Amino acid sequence: MGRYIIRRVLFAIPTLIAISFVIFAILDLAPGDPTASLPLTIPPEDREKIREALGFNDPFLVSWLKWLYQMMIVEPIFLIEQMFNITIGDGENRVRIISWSSRAPAVDTIIERIPQTLWVLGLAFILGIMIAIPVGVISAYKQYSVFDNVGTFVTMVGYSVPTFFTGLLAIVIFSVWLGWFPSFYDTTHVVDWTSWESIWFQIKQMIMPVAVLALFNAAALSRFTRSSMLDNLNEDYVRTARSKGLNENKVLVTHVLRNSLIPVVTLIALQIPGVFAGAIITEQIFRINGLGQLLISAIQGADVPMVQTLTFLFAVLIVIFNLVADVTYGLLDPRIRYD
Amino acid sequence: MKRTKWLSLFAVLALVLAACGDGDDGAADTTEGATATTEAPTATTEAPDEGGTAGQGGELTLLQWQAPSTLNPLLSGGTKELLAASLILDPLAEYDPDGNLVATLAAEIPTVDNGGVAEDLMSITWTLKDDVLWSDGSAFTADDVVFTWEYCTNTPDCTQSTFFTGVTSVEAVDATHVLVTFDALTPFPYNAFVTFQSPIIQKAQFEDCVGADATACTDANFGPIGTGAYMVNDFKVNDTVLYDYNPNFRGAADGKPFFGTVLIKGGGDAEASARSVLVLGEADYGWNLQVDPIVLADMEATGLGIVKAGFASSVERIMVNQTDPNPDLGDQRSEPGTVHPFLTDPAVYQALSMAINRQELVDVGYGFAGSPTCNVWPGAPYASTANDACLTQDIDGANALLDAAGYADTDGDGIREDPDTGDPLFLLYQTSTNAVRQSNQDLVKSYWAQIGVDTELKNIDASVFFGGDQASPDTYQVFYSDVEMYTNNSGSPDPQTYMANWTTAQVISPSTNFGGGNIPRYSNAEYDALHEELTTTGELDRRIEIIKALNDLVIQAGAMIPLIYRADVSAFANSIEGVGTLNGWDSEYWNVEDWTRSG
Repeated sequence: MGRYIIRRVLFAIPTLIAISFVIFAILDLAPGDPTASLPLTIPPEDREKIREALGFNDPFLVSWLKWLYQMMIVEPIFLIEQMFNITIGDGENRVRIISWSSRAPAVDTIIERIPQTLWVLGLAFILGIMIAIPVGVISAYKQYSVFDNVGTFVTMVGYSVPTFFTGLLAIVIFSVWLGWFPSFYDTTHVVDWTSWESIWFQIKQMIMPVAVLALFNAAALSRFTRSSMLDNLNEDYVRTARSKGLNENKVLVTHVLRNSLIPVVTLIALQIPGVFAGAIITEQIFRINGLGQLLISAIQGADVPMVQTLTFLFAVLIVIFNLVADVTYGLLDPRIRYD
Repeated sequence: MKRTKWLSLFAVLALVLAACGDGDDGAADTTEGATATTEAPTATTEAPDEGGTAGQGGELTLLQWQAPSTLNPLLSGGTKELLAASLILDPLAEYDPDGNLVATLAAEIPTVDNGGVAEDLMSITWTLKDDVLWSDGSAFTADDVVFTWEYCTNTPDCTQSTFFTGVTSVEAVDATHVLVTFDALTPFPYNAFVTFQSPIIQKAQFEDCVGADATACTDANFGPIGTGAYMVNDFKVNDTVLYDYNPNFRGAADGKPFFGTVLIKGGGDAEASARSVLVLGEADYGWNLQVDPIVLADMEATGLGIVKAGFASSVERIMVNQTDPNPDLGDQRSEPGTVHPFLTDPAVYQALSMAINRQELVDVGYGFAGSPTCNVWPGAPYASTANDACLTQDIDGANALLDAAGYADTDGDGIREDPDTGDPLFLLYQTSTNAVRQSNQDLVKSYWAQIGVDTELKNIDASVFFGGDQASPDTYQVFYSDVEMYTNNSGSPDPQTYMANWTTAQVISPSTNFGGGNIPRYSNAEYDALHEELTTTGELDRRIEIIKALNDLVIQAGAMIPLIYRADVSAFANSIEGVGTLNGWDSEYWNVEDWTRSG
């Protein structure tokens, strides 16, 4: 297993470099001008000076290699320096990846965005799993019962109605009609865990986006759990377990669920990068300025360094969690051996 | 069990990461808090407002759905950044909603009369208020003004360098006098250091940030020290800005500003912002609400807030082609030198303008964001009143005019014919693709049908129409149609540069790379001479006279038919008082220190 992981990690490095090259090539070919959003009163000569100063006119290979150096060496060193409060080499002179729109290090902005994205999307993800698995298990065990039918209906609605609709519906009902929750998310709120008022404020501003996203996440996952459970319930080993005289609970939880969860856990692991990438539409509707909103605004503003850094980090997460999924698979199913 | 183990692992991972993020924020907060506390003692000893009422008004929430990406206005030309910075930084002078100059950091507006502007119109001397402090307690001096100019001219990515075009030097005469010298006769010397687009930054803070170092100064760019009513507490890129009131603000003795903190919140879209202010009452201000006028009016009807419009110089107009766009002319099509067969006849262009019901166009497409106009320069103090007859639709008058000029419907098809050529009055009417423009096009077509003029409508994708591709026959510059409709505006409240757009020198020629801004190809020696006089006239009253005359000349010659004076639209909660008219010429927050909350 250890050797397998090392091999996979080493293999990931050329993959990521290739990915960064492709991202770069696409962005280079795409139209876009960081000065396009400036007012028309700024003359073309000044625009050209600004583009030159940003490095927009640098040749493709030069800017790619520069970025690669910054991403692979400068930024990690900087993070280590920050974390342990030390200085490595001539830290002052290293140039970090600078966003074109904010003129500030792109990675700092990304780190600034992680809390709200994780708060809302992470919680919605966990909540989704916590709803989906019991619902899927019960639906499968009591197939065609009232619970199964209602569950199927709700999950189908959750799956097929897009979040931009359920989100607006939630705002209309709970913000406009009932006035219970705010319609936007205040990222400046720092939760004070000793104050109920502060915690309650955080819950109030999170409840709608979390509920909308959890419903969406739970829908697909519970359908998946249900069908996986149904496959296993009819297996011979289940009959064997029952004939051994094990109680029904033990049969279901220890035997059927464990086997059914193998594909489900893989799916969950593969979905985790999506949590970081952000739910762009939901973030837009509830005005949670997380990573998804950052990516969209960077694309609209032709902020190439920011788009590159973000998409690359998402790619890294996808590669990592693919590996995690494979490893998990091996842990859950002793029959699978990678060595 | 394995399952729960994995789930809890994910949960822990998520929480740890969230906690890390929070920790970072916390760290940032405490460092900023630390600077704030070191400032505080100076504030309490020096600020004259001890025990005063400044900053006692709680929080003001401003929604800017496009959030600022930096707080250094000299590194961003976007309105969103300029607005957010205008709470912190001040220029020497700013414009009020009527377009009048108001002294901000200057003691008064320099003019020729008070000796501030040199007789030869080659320089201007600004006298600064002598008791202004930066928010860190240090004194604001002429050196800061000089430094701002040096910063912008030596930093290649300074987006506001147009404000210093024509400026050869900026010198500090003494601590409170700044001399700005120009390279040519400059009758309107109020560009540099005027409006929220050209504010003064602190020399001590930005000294090491000039040129290539500008981007390395993230702390300064994200937290400029200013002379304004507020100072930055926390800034999150493209998300939120949290401000505290500035205890050293020059109005602190008078209890200004009222609000203790200000939060600018970004994200979402215009409609969501409008809903938050007008329907939910959860914010005090919503910026730039380009929302369907009917939807916006419905939201306003909830009664929690009001919609305000800020007018500047944007005018939706129909450009009337003075040259002949007939395709049979080949490469002479729409070239200066050709003459349109009937559009240069006063009877025709006057009738076309009289037939239009401008109020109806506003009601259908613009609502709060527009009002009917008959001038290309509709803003005070330069607005002419000579053309206001067009505000009332007059179909009968238009018909009578055409009848008298000999345009009669000889073949009974409802379309008048040109008495000289016998051709029917037919117009190709183009504009950009946009729901509002198309509905207005339909209305104008129906008005013109009532006076016997046939119209074919055409719309072109905005990226092509305004794109400036010289190979395209569909750009607004090429103008291969009889009439076309779009909006243009002036970059400055001073109309001199803008009014140059209709001089002969600016006439566009499609065959020679066009170049100028004279889209209708209007050419008149009288206009040219008058504009020439404008560039050498410093006296404001005479300038107003000339600009009104220029406006009347170009309108009465029928080179364009102005339709709608367009505005920026923002919403305010009912409880916010002291805003006055929304400022279209300067920052909408220009008088934020006067804003208060009732009740």
